[in-house]
Amino acid sequence: MQGESNIDSGNRQQILHFGNGAELQGLDPHVVTGIAEHHVVQALFEGLVMKSAETLEVEPAAAESWSVSDDGKVYTFKIRKNARWSNGDALTAKDFEWSWWRALQPALGSQYVFMYFPIENAEAFFKQEITDFSKVGIKALDDYTLQVRLNNPTPYFMQLLDHYSMFPVHRATIEKWGKPHESYTRWTRPENIVTNGPFLLESWRLNKNLIVKRNSDYWGAERVRLNKIVYYPIESGVTEERMFRASQLHWTDEVAIERAPWYRENNPDAMRIKPYVGTYIYRINNKVDHLKDVRVRKALAMTVDRDTLMNTVLNNFFTPAYAITPPGLLGYQPPKTFSYDPDKARALLAEAGYPNGDGFPVTELQFNTNDQHRKIAIAIQQMWKKELNIDVRLQNKDWKVYLDDEATGNFEISRGGWIGDYVDPNTFMDMWITGSGINRTGWGNSRYDELVLKTAPEAKNREARYAAFFEAETLMMNDMPFIPIYTYSSHHFVHPSVKGMASNVMNYHNFRDVYLEPEESNRQEN
Amino acid sequence: MLRYIGLRLLQAIPVLFAVITATFFLIRQAPGGPFDAEKPVIPAVKRALEAKYNLDLPMWQQYLHYLGDLFKGDMGPSFKYPGWAVHDLILSGLPATAELALYALLVALLIGVAAGVSAALKPNTARDYVPMSLAMLGICMPTFLLGPLLVLIFGFWLQWLPISGWGDLPGDKILPSLTLGAAYAAYVARLTRGGMLEVMSQDYIRTARAKGLPERVVIVKHALRGGLIPVVAFLGPAFAGLLAGSFVVETIFQIPGLGRFYVQAAFNRDYTMILGTTIFLSTLIIVFNLISDLLATWMNPKLRNQLSTKAGGNT
Repeated sequence: MQGESNIDSGNRQQILHFGNGAELQGLDPHVVTGIAEHHVVQALFEGLVMKSAETLEVEPAAAESWSVSDDGKVYTFKIRKNARWSNGDALTAKDFEWSWWRALQPALGSQYVFMYFPIENAEAFFKQEITDFSKVGIKALDDYTLQVRLNNPTPYFMQLLDHYSMFPVHRATIEKWGKPHESYTRWTRPENIVTNGPFLLESWRLNKNLIVKRNSDYWGAERVRLNKIVYYPIESGVTEERMFRASQLHWTDEVAIERAPWYRENNPDAMRIKPYVGTYIYRINNKVDHLKDVRVRKALAMTVDRDTLMNTVLNNFFTPAYAITPPGLLGYQPPKTFSYDPDKARALLAEAGYPNGDGFPVTELQFNTNDQHRKIAIAIQQMWKKELNIDVRLQNKDWKVYLDDEATGNFEISRGGWIGDYVDPNTFMDMWITGSGINRTGWGNSRYDELVLKTAPEAKNREARYAAFFEAETLMMNDMPFIPIYTYSSHHFVHPSVKGMASNVMNYHNFRDVYLEPEESNRQEN
Repeated sequence: MLRYIGLRLLQAIPVLFAVITATFFLIRQAPGGPFDAEKPVIPAVKRALEAKYNLDLPMWQQYLHYLGDLFKGDMGPSFKYPGWAVHDLILSGLPATAELALYALLVALLIGVAAGVSAALKPNTARDYVPMSLAMLGICMPTFLLGPLLVLIFGFWLQWLPISGWGDLPGDKILPSLTLGAAYAAYVARLTRGGMLEVMSQDYIRTARAKGLPERVVIVKHALRGGLIPVVAFLGPAFAGLLAGSFVVETIFQIPGLGRFYVQAAFNRDYTMILGTTIFLSTLIIVFNLISDLLATWMNPKLRNQLSTKAGGNT
């Protein structure tokens, strides 16, 4: 009665069944945010460049080539002449000029607009300090040449260009259904949308699935081997795992952590766990009296037994972290300024005036309601009690309440996480600038600010730049404004027939290279 | 009768108005807003977004704007899903949720009435204790336990039925309907038993028996009609509860329904979506309560006569 499984029919017809987590906010590349949206939008649209899933280096996409001026501030892109919109219109440099103008409209409210800020005057135009768009460093010199001028040499600028917030959108379609800055018109509906990527939107049934099909008019169509991708919005990891077991999904958005031991024992090849550009931390409110003392913050950090935490509560999903940047981000290695050392921690706490934890106020640790956060918090609460003899009260909060309390400084210690926006240490460093909206610890250091904002951007080469980041990060970790706990991982169930889906730290997939290769010996058992 | 319905509907207007007003102001008192995120939106963008959704206006002006738009039939765009208007989202989820609720109700009635009648006919025997203990178990067992359990048995072990989906494969509606219906079947069974026990001791049943009618006719024609009145009164709120409470079952079985929007909206502080779904569900509860009241009146001769005398007296 169960019929042919999705895996069997999908493998026969090159249809990938992809667990995609949440339902999409929408399909407008300049409006949406989020990973699920990214998976679909990058199949439908294409920016100037794309990335190789193997190396994460940029490759030509809508731009067939580009050159950079000697001072590193002017980029000139050649748009390929055979790039087309799905309605047959040619894709031109003017499409990029108009699309980027649109993304910079304040009324559109593009949440990733800061991706444009390395571009000359883009930030001023967005903030309406200037109104003349010709002063912004974005110019179509002719139909197939786009020139971009930057404020400063920005070594990671090319890495930003394959982010969906910088994709082109089809002007005539958007204007047909509303004003350019309106974010909820009908232009993204399946019957209206015009796209330029390797796949076309076939259908979108809310909370059921979204289907894209191969675009045979795409300039690089011969590279694309999948005929369709079916994206499923499944928020429950448990439901996903059941569907994977019943051969309904090739790929799941996540692995429910409690299922890991069973799979490790019985079907280890089905599970793919890889490092991911994210760090799990406990922010410390540096303004709270008893947490102001760096010795206290260090004592707390030194008594989190990360190895035990990974082996027990976290089923070895993640790797211990001792700094904010994940190791090996395009060759950058973070400093390790401390290790698990309860004896030293007790000495530091005693020096700070709390020998054996005496007189240390009961401290509140807040986290958003989630089983995993709770388990980690309980484990660390016990570690601190055992090693430092201090009492910590756990507070779980509704997501928005937690965010509000963190943003307004109404916390003592607060769980946090940060996922890098692009492949460069800078995405982990500039958030800790004094007073940054994401800092939220009250910590600030003028030398750190100078290294990140001035020394690194002006560095002549990668070594000098990384040296500046290393100095800044060492300085920060010696102050311990937050406690690094672990480096994230991406974790999925993957059917063995899925090929061409290389692993990388951004968990970036290039669907142009994905295909399905069923093998009799590979068949999943129920 | 029409006058009664009209009056009840008129009474619904201030109720709905109170619901809208209370919801509107209460959700705005909850800490955190729709655009707060772990990765904070830069201040200029946040201002732009707030201006776009009128959130920069004083609260009373926002309220008037909302009421004005609502009067024109516009519930506004969802904050979380900016590509969709709230009524689009509600309409897209309604068919699956309504169908699921209906099947669950049928399951509840079929199992519940049969078990309840059987128990009431032989009170305090095994035929009473066994179904009533099962009913108690049904009330106690949460759907998030029953659902996966049924999937395990019928989906993975026996491989009889699909484990997820809605209308994609033959038979994929059976397990969700059973899961959602089970708890309500238990309620129906208990209500039926109680109603039947009371009716069976009434004089008119004794009269019917004395007339020599066969037991089957006594039960089906006379007793059931009175015995089911508590069940019917329960059906209206139950159906509304099924519509609003299908979230867990929709998540387990990956059903494209309304429940997910309703629950997620609150977590996301999606103001327009919270209001839209609340207004929609309140209307449903009012309508279904009215329908079940009308049905109960029609089934209960005493009330029916009272109403028609009253109506007659007034005309």
